[in-house]
Amino acid sequence: MTVDGTVDGTIRQVLADHARLAVPVDSLTEETDLFGAGMTSHASVNVMLALEDAFDFEFSETMLKKSTFESIGAIRVAVAEMTEA
Amino acid sequence: MSSAMTQSGAVVARMTAIADEVAGPAAADVDEQGRFPSEAIEALRAEGLLAALVPTASGGGGATLAEVSEGLVALGRRCASSAMVVAMHHIQVACLVRHGATPALRDFLGELSEQQYLLASATTEVGTGGDVRSSICALEVADGRFRLEKQAPVISYADAADAVLVTARRSADSPESDQVIVLCRPPGLELEQVGEWNALGFRGTCSTGFVLRATGDAELVLTEPYGDVSTRTMLPVAHLLWSSVWLGIASDAVELARRSVQAEGRRKPGTTPASSVRMAETVVLHQQFIDMVRASLARFEEADTDVERLSSIGFGIGMNALKVSSSTLVVDIVRECMLVCGLASYRLDSPYSLGRHLRDAMGAALMVNNDRIMANNAQMLLVHRGE
Repeated sequence: MTVDGTVDGTIRQVLADHARLAVPVDSLTEETDLFGAGMTSHASVNVMLALEDAFDFEFSETMLKKSTFESIGAIRVAVAEMTEA
Repeated sequence: MSSAMTQSGAVVARMTAIADEVAGPAAADVDEQGRFPSEAIEALRAEGLLAALVPTASGGGGATLAEVSEGLVALGRRCASSAMVVAMHHIQVACLVRHGATPALRDFLGELSEQQYLLASATTEVGTGGDVRSSICALEVADGRFRLEKQAPVISYADAADAVLVTARRSADSPESDQVIVLCRPPGLELEQVGEWNALGFRGTCSTGFVLRATGDAELVLTEPYGDVSTRTMLPVAHLLWSSVWLGIASDAVELARRSVQAEGRRKPGTTPASSVRMAETVVLHQQFIDMVRASLARFEEADTDVERLSSIGFGIGMNALKVSSSTLVVDIVRECMLVCGLASYRLDSPYSLGRHLRDAMGAALMVNNDRIMANNAQMLLVHRGE
């Protein structure tokens, strides 16, 4: 978890550390297409791993697809689903 | 387009006949000269076979990928360069069929079927080190038209092609992984050749470099991101059809090996030829290859247009594994067949010559380097949960 302890803060930190985007993480909205912003398939795997590590869960097989990670909003929905379980 | 084309088996039968009657006889010259296999391509064209994968509704042959695969095995037996050219063409056609949704692209598919256009591909770029999912060049789009310049280290058979599908960054501001793919064709297509193709094998693929300069209707840019076109179609179809060509090479080697063992068996009935057990071992590998290609085709066919399935990590890993397996098996099988046939296969001028088979087979692991593919799989395996 990040210093501010929020889910959103953690997600943004993970993206800053691993997504290798062409733009600053602060500039991303809920809907910004992360792949369009420069996140490669390779980087998306690192993002997945870092999220699993940060939130201490494992994504289920059905969650491991491109649409789960295409925006901050999508990631938040997936995290909520995994942490509720 | 004859409706006979859609009868099951017709595509395979016609491609096999062209392989045996046209591609085969020209194969040695194609290889020696390193020239384009024009005879085979013209023969396919004359029978409407370049549009085999286009649906009948768009004037094409409506053949399945499995039928084209089997036809490529037949072609691969006789002339791997011809087979590679035809495979590469069909890969591009598949991308247009599955992802060419704009009116201009749909029109082009109809034209392709009518005119039997040959399609080429320019996915690699100078400066990206063989990573096709990254581009430096970018489209400039203005007033409904695109402009593009690309330094392509390889555009196979570009001079013989009627159009080229080219990848590029979506715009000058786009990151290198935000790619699109665009159909480039005359009159808005200029190709300046860079260097020659003088290689160990696949010598007839004319895989020279070019500076490509193109302009055209912006509607010729495929609407889906290249990443999606690649994952859902270009990569799986490429690996399936290349594997078919390589299976053809292996199959011809196996046939020569079988004839060699049987000839020896006839010479001394009652004795077991020294090479017969090795022949049996080779057939074990050949069977793996045949069944693997068949099963992989079935897996792709089942996935059909299911985006979730096609985009899943497991599917991608599997399609990469197919390419690594087939490019390895083809070399192993040819090598074993050389041991079976003996010195006759080492000679260049014998009925059992396997020199061209071996040289062509060695290229399989290098066209996209297996090390790169394995690194991609290694990365995906960090998060893959298994089937």
